[in-house]
Amino acid sequence: MSIAPTSSSSSVSPGPGRGRRRGGPFSRFPAPSVIPGFGISFGYTILYLSIIVLIPLGGLVLRASGIGLSGLWAVASDQRVAAALRLSFGTSFIAAIVGSVFGLLIAWVLTRYRFPGRRLIDAAVDLPFALPTAVAGIALSAIYAQNGLIGSLFAPYGIRIAYTPIGIFIALVFITIPFTVRTVQPLIAEIDRELEEASATLGARRGQTIWRVLLPPLIPAILTGFALAFARAVGEYGSVIFIAGNLPYVSEIAPLLIVIKLEEFDYTGATAIATIMLTISFSVLLIINLIQAWSRKRFGYV
Amino acid sequence: MSENVSPPSAPSSSAAVNRRIAERAAAHAPLRRSVTTEAPWVKAVTLTLALLFLALFLVLPLVTVFLEALKRGFGVYLNAFAEPDAQHAILLTLTVAAIAVPLNLVFGVAASWAVAKFRFPGKSFLITLIDLPFSVSPVVSGLVFVLLFGAQGYFGPFLKAHNIGIIFALPGIVIATVFVTFPFVARELIPLMQEQGNTDEEAALSLGASGLTAFLTVTLPNIRWGLLYGVLLCNARAFGEFGAVAVVSGHIRGVTNTMPLHIEILYNEYNISAAFAVASLLALLALVTLAAKSVLEWRFAHALAGGRGH
Repeated sequence: MSIAPTSSSSSVSPGPGRGRRRGGPFSRFPAPSVIPGFGISFGYTILYLSIIVLIPLGGLVLRASGIGLSGLWAVASDQRVAAALRLSFGTSFIAAIVGSVFGLLIAWVLTRYRFPGRRLIDAAVDLPFALPTAVAGIALSAIYAQNGLIGSLFAPYGIRIAYTPIGIFIALVFITIPFTVRTVQPLIAEIDRELEEASATLGARRGQTIWRVLLPPLIPAILTGFALAFARAVGEYGSVIFIAGNLPYVSEIAPLLIVIKLEEFDYTGATAIATIMLTISFSVLLIINLIQAWSRKRFGYV
Repeated sequence: MSENVSPPSAPSSSAAVNRRIAERAAAHAPLRRSVTTEAPWVKAVTLTLALLFLALFLVLPLVTVFLEALKRGFGVYLNAFAEPDAQHAILLTLTVAAIAVPLNLVFGVAASWAVAKFRFPGKSFLITLIDLPFSVSPVVSGLVFVLLFGAQGYFGPFLKAHNIGIIFALPGIVIATVFVTFPFVARELIPLMQEQGNTDEEAALSLGASGLTAFLTVTLPNIRWGLLYGVLLCNARAFGEFGAVAVVSGHIRGVTNTMPLHIEILYNEYNISAAFAVASLLALLALVTLAAKSVLEWRFAHALAGGRGH
């Protein structure tokens, strides 16, 4: 095709340049290759995916569509459900913000500073991913209960942490820690020091360099971390129910309400709450994706 | 001696200049720090803040698990495992993981082979679908199977007529666990195999190897560390899953209680020491998982997707 000297590299590598589609987009499925086993691996993938994920989720969608918008509204406007949804999304939002701020700080400290035990701490950041949620839940409620290690510090001032929305917030912060750390860390490691030197040469103070040169390119990654943390926090169940107290209208989260409805064999109610949760979560993810696309355009890379 | 021989002592004089520059730099060092780092006090405050936060939110809960478990002595700790219900819960959890992890392992290898080794339209959509279970709440993951197989579910009447128990029985727990651990192996292997490309396999095939031989002797050794990484994460989640399993298991003591559910029951019965004793086993597994994961990241970063060396 092109005779330009740059094309020499593509003729060497068998990568993307090879096997351009000749006909329409679906004329070759897959693109020609000498590697065998597409049929069986692709077929198995689709079969297994359908059985485990697609058909079950399809069942949920089917049942939700049977409820209809008016039915969903009726469930959502129920006082108890509305309170649970407000609590779940509210505490998750604040927890994800706190998790992101500290996540950024931790990522910075872990990549930029050298101190003893750094690798150990780096490994420990993933603990909320590895520790079963029920274990985290009982540990946190033991710590923040009125006779617990930290709960007893606040008890004399009449502040209760466990069995209140503050306890829910604490549990959610725990599970959101790794998200922003892990999305931001590789980017901080890749920051070009020359950028900072140029900024300093031009007379910026260190604070200005961080705020106006280093932070903006990290924003998409921070938002990704925030969105993942938020989505996880909204759906979180195990670590929360032990510390929440689960008082209707006060400290009852939406996932718990789904469990309660199921125990009452109210499949419709459970499906409706699940549908509302999924809709709001996916909308938030969509909005964050749009902001990300915008900031990518604005700040160039990432 | 050599100084007399060498021409107008160029090396020694430049060394002297260098030394002088170094001395001057050392003398000024306390005054002029690098422009690419923060003032020492900022560093100290940031570091302290980050470490305090981690100590409060990560270390303290972990330590609490073991302290509470051993609070009333080692005898009480061991007694918690002598209970038949606890033993059954451990056995059930092992069984569930032993079924769920291999299923997702086979799927992960098949999916990554199809996705990474071939080019076809709709590939990124397929990857999105594979990741889907991660963005679904654990409780909803359980709910979807109750909607299918529960008493009032789509297949409920059929299952009841044929006396097949899925919900509130082992199959339900297994399938819910498979669902929540579904993406782990695949999402680790897909980027890894994409990075590695097809050249190794193509070389093997051109030398006359069959497809299966090429897979077993070329691909599998190439991906083994990534595979282990994915299996580790998958296994940890399979052992610890709570929400999804809580919904489908029905909490039948000694029958459908996995370890996390057993912890919940003990805790709600104010049998705190026993609850933490069982929890300490899971915490130990989490620590082993983290340690193994870190070793893989440090030692075999080149053999993991995206050079996962944090």
